[in-house]
Amino acid sequence: MELSNDVVTSFMNSLKNASDWLTFAYDAPFARAVVFGVPIGGHLFVEGLLLVVILFLLSQKSYKPPKRPLTNKEIDELCDEWTPESLIPPITEEMEKEPPVLESAAGPHTVINGKEVVNFASANYLGLMGHEKLLESCTSSLEKYGVGSCGPRGFYGTIDVHLDCEARIAKFLGTPDSILYSYGLSTTFSAIPAFCKKGDIVIVDEGVHWGIQNGLYLSRSTIVYFKHNNMESLKNTLEKVTQDNKRAKKLRRYIVVESVYQNSGQVAPLDEIIRLKEKYLFRVLLDESNSFGVLGESGRGLTEHYKVPIDKVDIITAAMGHALASEGGFCTGSSRVVDHQRLSSSGYVFSASLPPYLASAAITAIDVIEANPKLLVKLRDNIKALCTGLSGIQGLEIASDILSPIVFLVLKKSTGSLKSDLQLLQDIADQVLKEHSVFVVPSKRSTLDKCNLPVGIRLFVSAAHTESDLQKAYESLKSVAASVFTGQN
Amino acid sequence: MITIPYLTALTTYFSYGLLFAFGQLRDFFRKFIDWWKASNLQGYAPICLGLEDFYIRRLYLRIQDCFGRPISSPPDAWFDVVERVSNDNNKTLKRTTKISRCLNLGSYNYLGFAAADEYCTPRVTETLQRYSASTCSTRVEGGTTALHVELEQVVADFVGKPSAMVTGMGYVTNSAILPVLVRNGGLIISDSLNHNSIVNGARGSGSTIRVFQHNTPSHLERVLREQIAEGQPRTHRPWKKIIVVVEGIYSMEGELCKLPEIVSICKKYKAYVYLDEAHSIGAVGKTGRGVCELLGVDTADVDIMMGTFTKSFGSCGGYIAGSKELIQYLKYTCPAHLYATSISPPAAQQIISAIKVILGEDGSSRGAQKLAQIRENSNYFRSELQKMGFEVLGDNDSPVMPIMLYNPAKIPAFSRECLKQNVAVVTVAFPATPLLLARARICISAAHTREDMVKALEVISRVGDLVGIKYFPAEPKKPELEDGRKKVE
Repeated sequence: MELSNDVVTSFMNSLKNASDWLTFAYDAPFARAVVFGVPIGGHLFVEGLLLVVILFLLSQKSYKPPKRPLTNKEIDELCDEWTPESLIPPITEEMEKEPPVLESAAGPHTVINGKEVVNFASANYLGLMGHEKLLESCTSSLEKYGVGSCGPRGFYGTIDVHLDCEARIAKFLGTPDSILYSYGLSTTFSAIPAFCKKGDIVIVDEGVHWGIQNGLYLSRSTIVYFKHNNMESLKNTLEKVTQDNKRAKKLRRYIVVESVYQNSGQVAPLDEIIRLKEKYLFRVLLDESNSFGVLGESGRGLTEHYKVPIDKVDIITAAMGHALASEGGFCTGSSRVVDHQRLSSSGYVFSASLPPYLASAAITAIDVIEANPKLLVKLRDNIKALCTGLSGIQGLEIASDILSPIVFLVLKKSTGSLKSDLQLLQDIADQVLKEHSVFVVPSKRSTLDKCNLPVGIRLFVSAAHTESDLQKAYESLKSVAASVFTGQN
Repeated sequence: MITIPYLTALTTYFSYGLLFAFGQLRDFFRKFIDWWKASNLQGYAPICLGLEDFYIRRLYLRIQDCFGRPISSPPDAWFDVVERVSNDNNKTLKRTTKISRCLNLGSYNYLGFAAADEYCTPRVTETLQRYSASTCSTRVEGGTTALHVELEQVVADFVGKPSAMVTGMGYVTNSAILPVLVRNGGLIISDSLNHNSIVNGARGSGSTIRVFQHNTPSHLERVLREQIAEGQPRTHRPWKKIIVVVEGIYSMEGELCKLPEIVSICKKYKAYVYLDEAHSIGAVGKTGRGVCELLGVDTADVDIMMGTFTKSFGSCGGYIAGSKELIQYLKYTCPAHLYATSISPPAAQQIISAIKVILGEDGSSRGAQKLAQIRENSNYFRSELQKMGFEVLGDNDSPVMPIMLYNPAKIPAFSRECLKQNVAVVTVAFPATPLLLARARICISAAHTREDMVKALEVISRVGDLVGIKYFPAEPKKPELEDGRKKVE
């Protein structure tokens, strides 16, 4: 009892001592001082101490694991270890196949391996290849200017024939101005990045060719595909896109279509497209490579065919390597469109200009087309005759439009993979060439191409083909198809 | 590397600042005036907004007459420049019928094949009659003629590689080959001053791009080590392959590439080398075979050699040379081969004939003469310009000589004054060169005689004094005795 009492007493004593100390601290002289009119109580000491401790902790750096950059020895080891892939994948059998070599001009009749064959593989739609007026103007141009132009357009590569050619094309089509490019493929992939910039919206058909796909990829804009040549799908896509985006003032919007699709032979319904474009306020870019000189009464292209005034289409591009039997490409539209490209289109500014003899060939070709509209009628009749002759062929069917100068035959039943389809079509084409001397080609697909349309055999009809040529073509195709497809039905 | 004198840098910045200020002022007033006039855009976004084409509208259009001058004769050593007039202060230029005969210091005509040549032109005209101006077809379809096969063999032998592939345009060659060789997961390391076609091709490939300082092998080594050690961005997986892209002669600097060091570094780190010889093939080297011959690099060490025919061969088109497997693979996948029209037959014949002349296979020694002439001409011209006190860039033996102008006002002054005295030069400014480093670029040709060069030097010296671009002190002339005998001590 006494022990516990002692413990309690000593405890009470120590507590009393502590509280005495505290009271002393509180009563210390400076504890009650008044500084700047604010009475300082003793509790302020504790708060001051707390503040100092907080500041000390904050000023300490937080813990970060120390950065250890790789030492030279480690980098050496990594570099030795690294093995790159080989530059190209191993060569397979189909890569070693060589295309047939022509020994004369690629006109309607040509010579392969010493034998004369009927040529359906050149896009010489109006038969202007080998025309004597073209050859004459080319020869005089070659003798005057030599072959190359030795410079880009900005640095003395502009020869007066280029300017004449641009004026001639503009006059023929009825637009203010046009611009010439030195290569057909580079026309689209230089013109598109000049107009479509990052953030713009572009609605494009899924069956366009590689030049347009590459141009769109380089332009870094938002790309939306719609189903091939399907106006319903286009309308729905336009509806969806305009709903999401209200900033029409700053955002440029484009629809990109081809007039006659290289990958399928379909023809785009331009009047429908123009109606939709005006409703939703988009600009239209039309690639007329396969319809310039073919469609329309005088060959002015899809706009003439559908009787749409040409200034409703904002930008028209075309390659001249088809109906005009020349090389290169052009782009036309309002003068704002054309002037803009002279400084911002990379394939125009940074590359040498078109050789002058090809520009004079193009001028002469346009003159010939304007003087002979009968060529177009002949071409149309030829296409009709070929299509009627090919109807009822076994295993293949015509997938292209009756107006298209490319007659496109696809397999009725696909074998399942792209490769085996191509192999089958290639066999058919080879057999036709060997046994019947008719030269046709299956369509090719590059590994970079994103298009998913079916492959087929393409026949490029020309106004220079005669009745007997066409007859030979469809009869031989029918017999080969019958022999190849008799096994499967 | 170029180092600007301090005072010149200040005055150049000041000039650009003044031009910018004036441009903004005029834009401001233009906005007011346009408010009054109704806009004819009707709800579409404008093709170029605000500052996007500020440089073109306010700076470039003022000096537009210095660029894009049309000519009406072949781009030989002397040619006819068509004069243009403008009624609206340089916004639009119209051709007149007046022409002036000028000395050509701007076209890429290194070996003088630009105009009609006595050996090449008859053969070209014959080919035109036989194969006509174009094949209207792609290489894999009906576009391969015997001429194309011969051309590829001749080019491969000339360059020193097993086989080659030819396309119709040099720009497309780069843009279509790089995406095929490297895809996602690969790395392209390119020189900081590479041409626009390489930049476009690299961007179109989807792989990562890194840049190393112009012509500095040590920086290239550092970049390679860093990149191999780090791997792909964010995932740090190892790179699939690395391609280093360099050019033979850089067209804006006139410098030769430091090829031996770069090749040895790439061999050490197992990267592939891609050499673009657009300006150097045919122009440098003892027999005209390009930078590899000049610098003593074995062609087997360079994996992919690319070049164009526009500069030294007076034609058009581009080629890729490499091992047999590489070319086979490219022919199977490259879009330029599968989708684009093949090179025009007369142009192909021009290339074959030009190569025959260079190699001396035509029976004369004109080729060797031309090569010796261009080397002599370039060295003489460069040394004379340097003696006069101009700041000239580029290495010995390179036919491209940029003369530094710096100040934006000197660009039109130099160009117009030279034209008045019948010398046509090319001036280059932003965006082809950095903003402060505007220059005039001289391209010497084998067709220039000694008198031509002496006249050019006189005119340039006079104009240089007038405009004030002799940034270095001129070398004092050596004392000569009256009858020209050298002083003998």
